[in-house]
Amino acid sequence: MAQTYRSMLVDPMVDNNPITLQVLGVCSALAVTSSLQVAAVMALAVTLVTAFSSMFISALRSQIPSSIRIIVQMIIIASLVIVVDQALKAYAYEISKTLSVFVGLIITNCIVMGRAEAFAMKNPPVASFIDGIGNGMGYGLILLLVGFIRELFGSGSLFGITILPTVNNGGWYVPNGLLLLPPSAFFVIGLLIWGFRSWKPEQVEDREYRIQVVEAH
Amino acid sequence: MEQLVSLAVKAIFVENMALAFFLGMCTFLAVSKKIGTAIGLGISVTLVQAITVPANNLILTYLLAPGALAWAGFPDVDLTFLGLISYIGVIAAMVQILEMILDKYFPPLYNALGVFLPLITVNCAILGGSLFMVERDYNLAEASVYGVSSGLGWALAITAMAGVREKLKYSDIPDGLQGLGITFITAGLMAMAFMSFSGVNL
Repeated sequence: MAQTYRSMLVDPMVDNNPITLQVLGVCSALAVTSSLQVAAVMALAVTLVTAFSSMFISALRSQIPSSIRIIVQMIIIASLVIVVDQALKAYAYEISKTLSVFVGLIITNCIVMGRAEAFAMKNPPVASFIDGIGNGMGYGLILLLVGFIRELFGSGSLFGITILPTVNNGGWYVPNGLLLLPPSAFFVIGLLIWGFRSWKPEQVEDREYRIQVVEAH
Repeated sequence: MEQLVSLAVKAIFVENMALAFFLGMCTFLAVSKKIGTAIGLGISVTLVQAITVPANNLILTYLLAPGALAWAGFPDVDLTFLGLISYIGVIAAMVQILEMILDKYFPPLYNALGVFLPLITVNCAILGGSLFMVERDYNLAEASVYGVSSGLGWALAITAMAGVREKLKYSDIPDGLQGLGITFITAGLMAMAFMSFSGVNL
């Protein structure tokens, strides 16, 4: 096997991150990041679903006829998401209310489908499981980073615990309300991508058009 | 009637699928490079949304909701936990049927939509529409209006985005922001613009 388990686990974090490079699973990354706790639960849920769905699909890969593989994958993923959804409703009802439809939307999260299709259909179960964990963690990393920035500067707290006492509560920090609103998620992720790509210049996309300076005579 | 109109306006502008709830973002970012394809995709999403949301509403009321199976002699059965798997099944089936109908009776439209049609199955805007319908307890009329208008809202957003991106490719952008980065920031600015609709109340 060309890839070691360690590189399968670590690669998706920075070098081949599902959100910043592969543009997969962006929807939920934007929607659930206004507080860190919710982001952490979502990251965990997606990691578990990706890992187990990859493992099951990989175990069944030689039995699945390729014409109906998408439906089979969908059913496996949907069953796992139902388990996660019911578990959240039973043990973390408040969080499951805040996540609302986004738990269900893990089914259509492109990371899960993407890994099933691109990796699990060609590799043995253990490798697929680790690949699923790695990609889930790459996704979780971005989710936690964005959640950290948005909650710290948007409401001056982390995991609901006050870090920067806000003016309303007699402190000194004037919270940036924009960071709690949907558009800020776009900006934060956009800037994160910029940061990532300045750090790893090989991820920069090619331009379609170059601006050329033409000497005037 | 008035209530339905206000629901439609709300679904198109205020609670725009793409820009307020970030649904269908993967396709929104990936397929918004050209206005032509964006419009094609927008139309297919609206079509599928208009069919699946009411269909899932019927499934919920007559098969899954607590006590819904009373007509079959099982008044105590509550199958809501099967919701997710049934909705995605309905969506996949509807997309498949729509594809066959278009192929048989409207070949030009089928060819224009091309690969986008099957891709719609995994577009979270579609599943999201059905899940919002469940969460907000819409009845059949509301579900139909919501389906059509949330699809329209998504189509509007992706078409506008494609328009911006067609101009954007000529501009001089820092290397790290090239491509995905600048697209995110543009989408953020568009989302802010759409937020100004939030005061609209009918």
